[in-house]
Amino acid sequence: MSIEQSTPEQPSVDHFVQQKYRHGFVTDIESETVPPGLNEDTVRWISARKGEPEWLLEWRLEAYRRWLEMSPPDWAHLKIDPIDFQAISYFSAPKSDKDRPQSLDDVDPKLLETYDKLGVPLHERARLAGVAVDAVFDSVSVGTTFRKELKNAGVIFCSFSEAVKEFPDLVRKHLGTVVPPRDNFFAALNSAVFSDGSFVYIPKGVRCPMELSTYFRINAAETGQFERTLIVAEDNSHVSYLEGCTAPMRDENQLHAAVVELVALEDAEIKYSTVQNWYPGDEEGKGGIYNFVTKRGDCRGDRSKISWTQVETGSAITWKYPSCVLRGERSIGEFYSVALTNNFQQADTGTKMIHIGKDTRSKIISKGISAGHGQNAYRGLVRISKRAENARNYTQCDSMLIGKSCGAHTFPYIEVGNPTAKVEHEATTSRIGEDQLFYCLQRGISEEDAVSMIVDGFCKQVFRELPMEFAVEAKALLEVSLEGAVG
Amino acid sequence: MLEIRNLHANVGGKAILKGLDLKIGAGEIHAIMGPNGAGKSTLGNVIAGREGYEVTSGEVIYRGKNLLELEPEERACEGVFLAFQYPVEIPGVNNTYFLRAALNAQRKYRGESELDSMQFLKLVREKLEILHIGDDLLHRAVNEGFSGGEKKRNEIFQMAVLEPSLAILDETDSGLDIDALRLVAEGVNRLRAEDRSIMVVTHYQRLLDYIIPDVVHVLADGKIAASGGPDLALKLEEQGYTWLEQGGIQAIEAEARV
Repeated sequence: MSIEQSTPEQPSVDHFVQQKYRHGFVTDIESETVPPGLNEDTVRWISARKGEPEWLLEWRLEAYRRWLEMSPPDWAHLKIDPIDFQAISYFSAPKSDKDRPQSLDDVDPKLLETYDKLGVPLHERARLAGVAVDAVFDSVSVGTTFRKELKNAGVIFCSFSEAVKEFPDLVRKHLGTVVPPRDNFFAALNSAVFSDGSFVYIPKGVRCPMELSTYFRINAAETGQFERTLIVAEDNSHVSYLEGCTAPMRDENQLHAAVVELVALEDAEIKYSTVQNWYPGDEEGKGGIYNFVTKRGDCRGDRSKISWTQVETGSAITWKYPSCVLRGERSIGEFYSVALTNNFQQADTGTKMIHIGKDTRSKIISKGISAGHGQNAYRGLVRISKRAENARNYTQCDSMLIGKSCGAHTFPYIEVGNPTAKVEHEATTSRIGEDQLFYCLQRGISEEDAVSMIVDGFCKQVFRELPMEFAVEAKALLEVSLEGAVG
Repeated sequence: MLEIRNLHANVGGKAILKGLDLKIGAGEIHAIMGPNGAGKSTLGNVIAGREGYEVTSGEVIYRGKNLLELEPEERACEGVFLAFQYPVEIPGVNNTYFLRAALNAQRKYRGESELDSMQFLKLVREKLEILHIGDDLLHRAVNEGFSGGEKKRNEIFQMAVLEPSLAILDETDSGLDIDALRLVAEGVNRLRAEDRSIMVVTHYQRLLDYIIPDVVHVLADGKIAASGGPDLALKLEEQGYTWLEQGGIQAIEAEARV
């Protein structure tokens, strides 16, 4: 199996370079990275390097100028050392083949061990480890077959950068309509310096013939620090998108701020599943990734539906609230989440369901697992606006504590502006008690298996919502992440 | 089959077992009675290997192995089963799934092949028949929402499936009404076997009307104070535990010598 990789075209780069030099632009555009720091020139450089049109550069600059006026949110239940935004490098080009490991023999054996534990298929390990593509894969490309099927269905699935070049009108029409750059500090930052991501467009009446996975995205570059994804589902269409992977993703860049925008028109349905295992840091909590994500779905059309399902086990810091704006009448928003914090991880995560149209429904099932010294906070907003007649929400928020040093916190916000609304909120907190563990041990079950069993029972409601292969991976991921959590 | 020699154990820093000796042969049923705080439950938990119970000296030899050197799950795989006094709930974990995981873990330990769901279900239905228990507990989570009687029945059901060679019933009768008690006792009786030893820990004589022991021991002040036949239990019922302190044991022994 091989994945086709074509180098991004760079038309008229010289033209851009000449222009930028007039504004005092000094760095060589051909270089692999920019020196640390963020100013207008950095933004221009990134845009020129990617060969973007003028309108997009302006859009980035506008976002950058906004960002300068904003400050990072400080209301989350997170202890973060102040981030020096000028000490970060905001662009790095994909590694050239000669800088990559040439075979699995060159890859860190511990990483390979993790792939083994997670049950990553052999043929995927090389790709995940960043082994030079040509060295491994044969000429028959699964990616190509995949692309043909999608093309026949009229589905567009490509990298964001490619979409900007080939479908600029579509991108321009929808970009920033769900998460405007001024939405929050990290969205503004992302809008200024975003690297790449996915673009998906499903035409009217089309049910996407397969689950879209970032694995098959053409021109899959290195997973960027600042991913930008846009998915548009036209009337009566349907798509299931899988983001992420269970293998631990290391990145020299600690700060990650992604933005995902979903647009669902009349009778359309978007299912967005994430299984993420960003590097959580070592046992002391050092070196892990800070993940500040803004994800939002706009149920723009009547009877549209957007479902978010996530399993988050990585990152040192997680700040994300995949949300739904229920604009269309009878639209539906769903959020299913398992968030695990172990060792010294911290998470402040949840969702926002904003009911605007009539007869809208939302469902929130949040499962938080804290172990080690982990701190896990659920933060949810259910807002029923004045004109949202007959809105329904059901929220179930469960926390499980493993061990004595961790914490679970819940911050529900319920704002009801219409008297016909029905909002239900249930919350439970439980511990994996020594009694439960001993019960399992006394029946012959090992401690590790016992914890897995109990945690799996706890997460069942959420795992059920994941596409099957993801569900199997998610289970394995949870087991690996909980290693050493008890005792 | 089981030989306990000079067992000393502390709980929370306090000495509970103070030199306990006990021998149980294969196929025998032994009752352990005694006043509160004597160490009856402690004995069961120490044999099973529960954390928080510190053994300071002594041995627990079971089929030639010193159990105290094994992890709790290893002891279980060697054939030790503890029917809990207060069985804990494990929400979200299906009872059948749990039991199959346990049985297969034990089979794997013994080098036997694991059972798949079909084979396991067949085994389970056989056991349910033997015990005259309905199959509704198969579909529920482990002990979740079970009444006291249902929990005790679930313990006996697990015992039937796991087929231990040493079963310790820790106050199995506590919290049960007469009918539930009879049901549980019948289940235990149906599980008697030549290669199975059963230790029945109980406060009251009542259970022993239904599960007739071969030997009755009285645990007092951290040691076995007296041992006898089933009539010892009857005597205790009549006279109460204080009778022991007043030299009641010597009277029985004197009678026996005659």
